[in-house]
Amino acid sequence: MIDSIRGRSLLSLDDLSRAAIVEVLDTAESFVEVNRRTIKKVPALKGRVVASLFFEESTRTRLSFETAAKRLSADVLSLAVASSSVKKGESLRDTIATIDALGIDAVVLRHRSSGAALQVSRYVPHVRVINGGDGQHQHPTQGLLDAFTIRQVLSERHDTTGLESGAELFTGLKVLIVGDIRHSRVARSDVAAYAALGAEVRLCAPGTLLPDDVATWPVTVVRDFDEALGWADVVGLLRLQSERGSGAFVASLDEFTFTHGLTVERARLLQPGALIMHPGPMNRGVEVDSRVVDSPKAIVERQVANGVPIRMAVLYLSVAGSGEGSPL
Amino acid sequence: MSHEDERQARTRDAAFTAKSQLMSADDVRRALTRMAHEIVERNHDLSTLSIIGLQTGGRDVASTLASILSDVAGSSITAGVLDVSFYRDDLSRNPIPTSSATHIDHDLTDRTVVLVDDVLYTGRTIRAALNALSDWGRPSAVQLAVLVDRGHRELPIRPDYVGKNLPTSLDEAIVATIEGVWIGSRESS
Repeated sequence: MIDSIRGRSLLSLDDLSRAAIVEVLDTAESFVEVNRRTIKKVPALKGRVVASLFFEESTRTRLSFETAAKRLSADVLSLAVASSSVKKGESLRDTIATIDALGIDAVVLRHRSSGAALQVSRYVPHVRVINGGDGQHQHPTQGLLDAFTIRQVLSERHDTTGLESGAELFTGLKVLIVGDIRHSRVARSDVAAYAALGAEVRLCAPGTLLPDDVATWPVTVVRDFDEALGWADVVGLLRLQSERGSGAFVASLDEFTFTHGLTVERARLLQPGALIMHPGPMNRGVEVDSRVVDSPKAIVERQVANGVPIRMAVLYLSVAGSGEGSPL
Repeated sequence: MSHEDERQARTRDAAFTAKSQLMSADDVRRALTRMAHEIVERNHDLSTLSIIGLQTGGRDVASTLASILSDVAGSSITAGVLDVSFYRDDLSRNPIPTSSATHIDHDLTDRTVVLVDDVLYTGRTIRAALNALSDWGRPSAVQLAVLVDRGHRELPIRPDYVGKNLPTSLDEAIVATIEGVWIGSRESS
């Protein structure tokens, strides 16, 4: 168990303790305030270089990581994979070696292969590696920002602040995750974060979309979606990952919507205070009805807004406490 | 104890052992009252004054100073708190500081800012605070009030208002709060 990510790479949430996760959430509170200022920039990572390597397409993760690094005053090297030597057949190892030769302090990596972030951290042990999503394995900053968003909304309801509440509001919190869990790195990171913070997690999906090793996860698998909706304080929806072949795991999109889509009728089964979350990108009309996701229960926009402060916190903790210092 | 108080206590006073008390709570109150009068004497227009406490040690000192100032001046004084963690020059040294909240809800342009901290030591916190302040505008003047000045400056910074000058040696530690001032030692853990 890792008790703090200070000066370390962030590859997975599986091995982070509750204290390590709460530290990131607490640090992100400071950055929420920085992001409200007229001048949204602090010099914490001045002189540091953060490379952003996205081997898989992304809108919000890439933009929010790069925004986060810039608001910490780091220099950002951004590799556009489509126009790079990767297209000429350069291996991941050689691409990393080339970028490392330029002198970098951290890499934010997204890759289609599970374990890519771990592999890169072995190639360049002196560089902090932040996993921005690796295959079906992990998407740690998404898990952290989902936990942060829940804490933010619930602490407002309890008339307290996230900092005051720590991990308290997660004790016994009922979280239901629905959809393509098999192919979802977000589900893996969310489950790790929620379980570490003390929440009770249930999964609901067609049998074909459950992971083979689900028995080893800290969760309960349920069959009855309607009943689970009435139980949940928080519902996390996931998209069908057609780029990872989930089309072959369901009879049709309509069939999936019929059995596991959050339709307007099903949304009526939710408790009055229940929260609906989605990591994006959404397929409206498939896993969730448009009217449901635009209702006040949905906190999808807050999830997106929290992407920058959470990624600032991760970069700050991971990179500021490592390596050579900048002079006065 | 709330989660926030707990984590601040953990980072601040985890390993402090007091040897002797140098000021009581009453002594601190008297010192802050004198400093408030000095601030009034030097700044004729209190409506443009902003009292900014530095997290975490300066926060309570600043709010007490601001309330005494309000009594002395007969009008309320604008106050705020500033966390300088992200502006420090020693971020590469472990452990990096635990950040706390900043609350400055007004533009500082053309205002007179009084920075308030518990203990003035190397001056590096104040250097970081001066950098941070520029993100809230351009104050017409910045002054510095500290409860204790313990010497050993590493930068050309001097306080305008001092509660007590305490010559110390480098291996001694000072804890200065509105409850009192103590000298002792801090074990490096």
